[in-house]
Amino acid sequence: MAGFDKVVGSYAEALAGLEDGMTVIAGGFGLCGIPENLIAEIKRKGTRDLTFVSNNCGVDGFGLGVLLEDRQIRKMVSSYVGENKLFMEQLLAGELEVELTPQGTLAEKMRAGGAGIPAFFTATGYGTPVGEGKEVREFNGRHYILEESVVGDFAIVKAWKGDRYGNLVYRHTAMNFNPEAATAGKITVAEVEQLVEPGELEPSQIHTPGIYVNRLIQGSFEKRIEQRTVRAG
Amino acid sequence: MALSREQMAQRVARELQDGFYVNLGIGIPTLVANYVPPGIEVMLQSENGLLGMGPFPTEAELDPDMINAGKQTVTAISGASIFSSAESFAMIRGGHVDLTVLGAFEVDVAGNIASYMVPGKLVKGMGGAMDLVAGADNIIVTMTHASKHGESKLLERCTLPLTGVACIKRVVTDLAYLEVADGRFWLRERAPGVSVDDIVRLTAGELVVPETVPEMTF
Repeated sequence: MAGFDKVVGSYAEALAGLEDGMTVIAGGFGLCGIPENLIAEIKRKGTRDLTFVSNNCGVDGFGLGVLLEDRQIRKMVSSYVGENKLFMEQLLAGELEVELTPQGTLAEKMRAGGAGIPAFFTATGYGTPVGEGKEVREFNGRHYILEESVVGDFAIVKAWKGDRYGNLVYRHTAMNFNPEAATAGKITVAEVEQLVEPGELEPSQIHTPGIYVNRLIQGSFEKRIEQRTVRAG
Repeated sequence: MALSREQMAQRVARELQDGFYVNLGIGIPTLVANYVPPGIEVMLQSENGLLGMGPFPTEAELDPDMINAGKQTVTAISGASIFSSAESFAMIRGGHVDLTVLGAFEVDVAGNIASYMVPGKLVKGMGGAMDLVAGADNIIVTMTHASKHGESKLLERCTLPLTGVACIKRVVTDLAYLEVADGRFWLRERAPGVSVDDIVRLTAGELVVPETVPEMTF
């Protein structure tokens, strides 16, 4: 690797340094825009006791769900889980911890974490189980709770196009949490469908500037659909 | 006759106004999109990061990178925009969405809503519901008036864990259209053929019944 070239030669290299007990922030919503090959590499690598900050935990056999098979996940910080049987089994058996976090708060935790803001006040969750034990402040007659931001030891994201400098562009709603996740890793690893040369992406159209990305790899993707809904025509 | 799911959606759709940005939750709220009154334009926001959601794709249009908050494949209308999750919830939390329609298990006279969790049952999570009710000034809840066992869902105080406090001002049930104000429910309209007595009997929270309660027409 030289200068600003972030491209690595293998998935093993992309996740070098990921160790047991670390916190990983993952982009994706449902199975849309998930870094599927990086997840597969974590499974291959066998890293354990991981905390994942991700909106969902995949499904049985795909996405983060595959990491449940060998009990590699200790804790999930998510807004919506339970699309897989294995998840519920491990949760009920006390083998897996889950911290349910409102979706917008989860996104903001990543955004703030990446932006150097350690905590923020939000009205979301005030007066609900989410607000229990959290500091409450009143601003202009409304109640807000203090939420702490997150920074991951690693962040793993998936983009459509990326150049060697790590500049990323996402495609359609596969963007979702990926831009926030990309900012919030001590080491951010991006996998892309298309690797292009610097200068090929229009600078003002770049979603994630390369400064946030430490490692980049091109992969091929299954892009499984969770709810296939079509109309006639 | 109690309203069908489609009629509930139709009733909610009458609250749409030209130029509204609207977030529709899963279930009956999703059906509201089918009943946008003629002559007005609304734009649907899907909290995974899409403003300007269109219909389901045709087989040829199907794209795994194009989904809605229910994880269903969708299309984007001409003039749509797509953005990140933080941006999406900035819109929601910041009060930029004009109307939010969502389902619930319970609503009480203080405008509290319980919609995401039944203790003892599997808990899947709140998704974006807590952000939506915290951020929107204009929320309509759609739900059946009572459970299958005849227990009212319109309560003096919610019994289930809350999704949000003091945020619900309007409810469309299969029996009635009600407003929530001053710590009471106000009966505004009744479903065709449903008597005020039926509604009173199935409303556990304090209910104000005006002298005339017009019947909805479809």
